[in-house]
Formats: sequence, structure tokens, C-alpha cells
Amino acid sequence: MTDMPDTTNTFDPSHVAESPHASDDAAGYYTPGDPVRDTKAPGGPIDEKWDTRQFEARIANPANRRRLSVIVVGTGLAGASAAATLGEAGYVVKSFCYQDSPRRAHSIAAQGGINAAKNYKGDGDSVYRLFYDTIKGGDYRSRESNVYRLSQVSRNIIDQCVAQGVPFAREYGGLLDNRSFGGVQVSRTFYARGQTGQQLLIGAYQALERQVAAGTVKTYTRHEMVELITIEGADGVRRARGIIVRDMVTGEIETYFADVVVLASGGYGNVFFLSTNAMGCNVTATWRAHRKGAYMANPCYTQIHPTCIPVSGTHQSKLTLMSESLRNDGRIWVPKNAEDVTKDPREIPEEDRDYYLERIYPSFGNLVPRDIASRQAKNMCDEGRGVGPEVEGVRRGVYLDFAEPIERLGRDAIEEKYGNLFDMYAQITGEDPYTSPMRIYPAVHYVMGGLWVDYDLQSSIPGLFVTGEANFSDHGANRLGASALMQGLADGYFVLPNTIRDYLAEGPFDKIPTDHPAVVEAQQSVQARIEHFMTNKGTRSVDSYHRELGNIMWEYCGMERTEDGLKKAIDLIRTLRDDFSRNVKVLGTAESMNQSLERAGRVADFLELGELMCIDALNRRESCGGHFRGESQTEEGEALRHDDQYAYVAAWEWAGEGEKPVLHKEDLVYEFVEMKQRSYK
Amino acid sequence: MRLTLKIWRQPDAATAGAMHTYDVDDISSDMSFLEMLDVLNEQLNAKGEEPIAFDSDCREGICGMCGLMINGEAHGPVTTTTCQLHMRSFTDGETITVEPWRADAFPVIKDLVVDRGAFDRIIQSGGYISVNTGAAPDAHAMPVPKDHADRAFDVATCIGCGACVAACPNGSASLFVGAKITHLGELPQGQAERDTRVVSMTAQHDHEGFGGCTNIGECAAACPKEIPLDVISQLNRDLRTALRHGH
Repeated sequence: MTDMPDTTNTFDPSHVAESPHASDDAAGYYTPGDPVRDTKAPGGPIDEKWDTRQFEARIANPANRRRLSVIVVGTGLAGASAAATLGEAGYVVKSFCYQDSPRRAHSIAAQGGINAAKNYKGDGDSVYRLFYDTIKGGDYRSRESNVYRLSQVSRNIIDQCVAQGVPFAREYGGLLDNRSFGGVQVSRTFYARGQTGQQLLIGAYQALERQVAAGTVKTYTRHEMVELITIEGADGVRRARGIIVRDMVTGEIETYFADVVVLASGGYGNVFFLSTNAMGCNVTATWRAHRKGAYMANPCYTQIHPTCIPVSGTHQSKLTLMSESLRNDGRIWVPKNAEDVTKDPREIPEEDRDYYLERIYPSFGNLVPRDIASRQAKNMCDEGRGVGPEVEGVRRGVYLDFAEPIERLGRDAIEEKYGNLFDMYAQITGEDPYTSPMRIYPAVHYVMGGLWVDYDLQSSIPGLFVTGEANFSDHGANRLGASALMQGLADGYFVLPNTIRDYLAEGPFDKIPTDHPAVVEAQQSVQARIEHFMTNKGTRSVDSYHRELGNIMWEYCGMERTEDGLKKAIDLIRTLRDDFSRNVKVLGTAESMNQSLERAGRVADFLELGELMCIDALNRRESCGGHFRGESQTEEGEALRHDDQYAYVAAWEWAGEGEKPVLHKEDLVYEFVEMKQRSYK
Repeated sequence: MRLTLKIWRQPDAATAGAMHTYDVDDISSDMSFLEMLDVLNEQLNAKGEEPIAFDSDCREGICGMCGLMINGEAHGPVTTTTCQLHMRSFTDGETITVEPWRADAFPVIKDLVVDRGAFDRIIQSGGYISVNTGAAPDAHAMPVPKDHADRAFDVATCIGCGACVAACPNGSASLFVGAKITHLGELPQGQAERDTRVVSMTAQHDHEGFGGCTNIGECAAACPKEIPLDVISQLNRDLRTALRHGH
């Protein structure tokens, strides 16, 4: 949808930073560990790696598959597609979700579209170009082998979805329509009006329900994973062998075993409290796995989307995104003078308006990339020139004005292009964007960080695989538009089913007695946690802690991060976590539906994750993708990467409660793409 | 604004419920209806009273998780989801009645939360196209006329919230079933299973305890995604055709 300029072509050698000396900002907050590397991607030319791996990966004997069991946590694009495909292959699959139906997972809210290197438009697209754009868009912080594979299988996704009956937009000739989206020069985005995520998810959901009917998949709705079970086998290898879940209706704690566990539990953007994520999105499944030994990679990489509807008051529970295509025609401004911020914007004369993006970035103007647009909006509001309601002392909003394009193109043309977005805005704010400028503000939207996985999507725990937003693998430090849906479905339909079989070929593994000490210990720790919340008799609600954590994260680990700010945030989070554990108040009983109890568990995990995000951001004294460090910018205030020091994946290992996390670095080697620095001026 | 809320409270499926009255103050007209309930829950929590259970997730009108009977109307007075209903649709001093979806096929779990598992089981009975992963031909192998693709999309926007059932005096889910029958029936990919799909989805619908359709139209009026009533005609037509074909 959005025709963002290609901003990474200009090579300016002055931007390649020769860092005078290596810095170690996070010294004292972590323990250095051994390097980590992916051992699964085969060598050879990049376009042959995936074929080679698929051939080399062992195949579980079809007759054996009904004795091999798989647990899949999460039913979004990455989870539902994986569960359905594994069911079709004949494995015994158990699928878990916290919602009342698999169809409600938050993939459903994705608006824009899904990329695929089909080259149906004949405009020069190719697998290699999508690969190249994704590597570049990720600011050279992702793994070449994974991204190339993503680009290859992107084509199969469209075929699969069309065959399932996903009603993509079509041209009058009956063929599929495409549009250009998010800063690329080709039209490779397939879409279903503004509801692409919904249609793709319903396709995957229906495939999943078909397997339920076939008896290969059993679904457990309103079940939340609260612990991972790892068991040391006779071979001395500690493997993921099951999960503990809480039945959210009865409160019962249940244990399920399997030969392999797949986490497709989504991203952790809700650590910021306010985000475009659904209310229930959480980090618990991945965080519990992290505490059991799965490395968490690049947790500080967060995507902040510039065009969301601003916060209207302290009661706000979530933020709503509007497609950034709005920036194609709308002009962004704030009043030049702080005393004008409460005036009716239509009364402010042209000479008193500051079209700051057009002023600072004359050649790219309102179409600068997401991170720049977001950061500048924050700067304007910090200067006291933000507009809209004052929330906690600051007006956080800037105008997005359509008066000029409406005048030039006519109201009908604007309605045709953006009608549904204007309606959504009017519904939420009660204001008419046709007659008065919209107000927008950035919001947390997606996390690129997640559990570390190898080329097979296996985490650092054998038998624990991670797909979709829950893993870190494909987007580097920044995700391109229309690539999240692509990755979720690539992982679930095509990648995981072909890599997990190599692991499953070793199974079935030993049956686990229910009184195994590791199982009992895990169950007891779950019970103890719940018991603690129920008997705490504190004075503060769960939500009040979550809100406070969100404010800390947004202030110090949001759009701009600095050494001082991050250190302060770590102190604040530690204090808050301590207070939470002593003072949180959960009413009701644990033996029935208890939404406060559900949230308490999630917030406890967010409080630990938040600290690790800050440590990761502190360690990375460079600006890359969605991570902007105040100390690492050019004289013009642009992001400055330090490839000599930070071209690695930061994979963090849990070292125990109160212990410093261990940093394992995976060096990123670019064999096929040359690293370049972005420039926007 | 200041409001009086009459809210259905029920500890669990087995225990009888009742309406309870609560007062809230300082409600801003910019709040969503669910944010107003969040405020009430914080108040209850502070007083030591258990918060009211209600479902919501995306809070942007697309996941279908939320759904309340507000003053007797499914999702309240505006054609939208409960999460997208804002307090500016109410007036200061008003008394608002809040109940869960009422239908035999949607038993109450707790307070305002109901079990809509019946919808999943209806989809399991045939609401899909049988194609295994990897078995698909090229997406351009089969063109689909634009008007068919557009109609398929329009009805595929159903979010499965259950408002149609809650609004229907018969507790029928015909709009839900009709939307899926029409979505898949409009597409060439959906033809092979068209007859069996409608027969088995209809049978499952009846088996779940949903009522029959008597063309009242409350469902379409309540639908936040404006699924048109004619999907039920399509459902009936497809069912007749299937029966004629001997299914």
C-alpha cells in the first residue's frame, strides 16, 4: 500500500562507523558466554540450501507417525498452520490457545497484506529480490540462510491459501491483484481488502478444524501454557517433553506430554502495556521456556508504528493502528508555537504550522521510514508542541492533515482510497477526519526479538521448536510491511513440518511417568506461583503494575534508548518487580475462571522480560532498525550502525533468579549481500 | 459521566446468576464500553469484590471475542462490536443493562462469558476446503471472476462473535452457517464439497441446539460485520440442491 522510498541504496562511507574503542555499556549486568551458532543450514549456494536440508532431514516412517506426538502452543498463523500440516502428515497433535477459539489469535488483526515473490506483475520481482529487500530492511541483523528460505517458500503460501478459499483481491480478469507496500519498488503484496490477516487466519483455522474432524488434532481452547517440561533422557540429553497448562474455565492445572513441543505463541509487545497487540498477548509461554534454557535473542528489537490513534486518557487499554498508507497523501504537522496546541487546527494559519518531516527530510518528507517518523513525532511532543488531550502532563499527538489532498483530488478520491480508515478513526475518536485533521502517534506494534532458533527453527532446548513472531529468525532489527504474515505461514506450513521430522525420526521417546521428579517439580512450581498470588493479600491491582511497567519501558526502552535511561529503567523495574511480588492483589479463587490471576502470571513474566530487554538495549551501543541509541547517531541525528562491533545476534541465557543473564553471540556473516548504511536526506 | 450498571453475575455454569447493580462515575465519553468495565473492575478490586469476568481480546473489532447484550441489544446500540462501542453513545445518568449472550447453544461459563465452542464444531463438520499443505496448484491456475471473489470476501468477514444467535428470537445460527456456505460456495475451489458441506454443517447446527430460521432478520441487523440476510437464502438454496442430488 505505502510506497515508501528505498532508503538503503545510498552508500555513504562516512556512515560506516569506525568505533574508536569497543564499549561495554552493559558490563556488570551480564556474564559473557560462549558463542552460539546455527549448525543446521547446509553449506553451498544460497539457493540450494533449503533443498539440501529438506533432502537431508530424515523422514519419520509414516506407519510410525501415529505414535509420534506434537504439542503446538498458539493458534495464530504460525501455530494453526503448523498444527494442521502436522496433523495431515499423520502425527498426533495437541493444539493449545488461551482464547475461546483458535480463530481469535491476534494474526487476525493484520490489515495490510502478505508478500510473495510471485512476480505476477512482471515488474522484476524474484526470490532473490525479496530476500535482498528483507535483509536490507532488517538493517543487516538477520541470518541470510533463513531469509532466503522465507523468500523461496513465500510463493507456495499464496498457492496454498488460494486453494483453501482465501478470498484475495482480484482483478477483473479474475487473476490476483497485487500492490506495493512498505518501501519496496515492486508490487508483491497480496491482500484481502484491509483484512488480510483475518482471511489468512480463517484459512489456517479451517484447515486446523478439518484435522480436528479427521481425529489427528485435538484442540484445547481457554488453556494457557504456564510451564515447559524438560526431561533428561537415557542419552543424557535434556529435551522438551511437555507443558503444564491452566484450564482457564475450571482452574485445573493439567500436564501434557509429547515427543516435541512447538511454541507459536506470538510476540511480547504488551510488555509496554499499551500496544496494538490484543489484550491477552503475552510472553509467558516463551519466557517459561527461556527460564528452562531456551535462549532469548535480540529482545530489544521492537517495532514502533508511526500511524496509530493517540492515547485519549489514562483509562486507555490498547492502541489501534491505522495503515501507514495514510502517509502517501496526508501531511504531518504540529503548531510552530507551543501556545497554539490547544487551538482548533483549522484556525492555525499556514505560516504557523511546522510540517516537520518535510522540513527536516526535504527529499523524503512524510514518507520517511517508520522509525524516523515515529522518533520525530516524539521529539515534537517532548518539545511541548504535541496536540490533543493532555495525558499525564504531555500532549502526545501530531496532526495528519488531508485538507490539501481533499482540495486537490476531491473528497470522493480520498474516500475511495482511505474510506475504511477514516471511518475507523471517526468511530474511535468521535471526530470527522474529512473536516478536521486526524491526530496520530506512534505505538508498539511488533517485536523482532524472540526465542533463538537454528535453521530448523529449533531452540537451544532439543525438542523445542519456535515459529512465527515468537522466534527471532527472519526480520533482523526491523520488519518490513506485509512480512509478518509471510513468516508466520512460511514457518507453519512449509518450514517446520519439513525440519521437525528430522528430530521426530529419533522418536518416539521414552514414556514419562507422571511422578517423574522433573514433572512433579514443575507442577509444584506452578502451584506455588498461583498460591502466592491468591494468598498475597496485597493492595494494588495487577493492571496498575502492568501500566507502570509499560510507562517505564515506553519512556526508557521505547523509540530512543540511552545508557543513562536504560540503567535507570533497570533499577525501576527491579523495584517494581519486588513491590509486585509483595503487594499485588488477586481476588476470587484459583479453582474457577479468574482473569486477574491469568494477568498476574503474565505481568510477573513481563517484569522479568522488561529487564532483559533493557540489558540487551544497553549492550547494543549502536542504532539499527527499530533500536535507536541516542549515543549512536550521525551529526544530523540519523541512526548509526556499528557493524565492526555489533553484527551479531545477542542470544541471552537465563542464569537463575537474581543472576546475571549470560550473553551468547552468534556472528552474522554476509556472504551474499553487502552491508550498507541507510540514508534519508 | 455517571452511570448505573445492571450487570449479570453468575459464579459458574452450575450456579444460578442474578443482576447486580453498580455505580460508576467519571466515565469519559472517549472510553470504549470495555474500558468502562475495566474502570468498574478496578473499583471492585479496590473494594475487595471480585471483578466481573468478560471476554475481549483484540479490542479493534476483528477477533470476535467480545460480545455483550447491552440494553437488550447484541453489541449495544451501534452496529459494531462491543469493543468498538464508545461511551459517547450513552448519556450521563443513564442506567445500562449488561448481560451475556443468551442462547441454549452458548452456555454461560461465568458472569458475562459464554462458551461458543459450538461454532468451532460447526466448522469442523465441513466449513473448509479439503486441501493438504503442499498439494495446491499455482494460484493463477484458476481465475475467479471478480464479483464472485468480492462476494466471497464480503461474507468471509464474519468474525464468529455470535451476535446473530444472541439477537435471534429462535437462537438460530443460520447467518453464521450461511456466511460460510456462501463464502466457499462462491469460489471454484469450493464446488467439489458444496453439497456435502451444506448438509453436514446444517445437521451440526441443529445438533448443537441452535433454533431454526424464520426469516426475522434480527441477525443481520445485529451483525457487526453487516453480513447480509441473503446468505440464509443461499444456505437454503444450496441445501435444497444437495437434497435433490440425493444427499
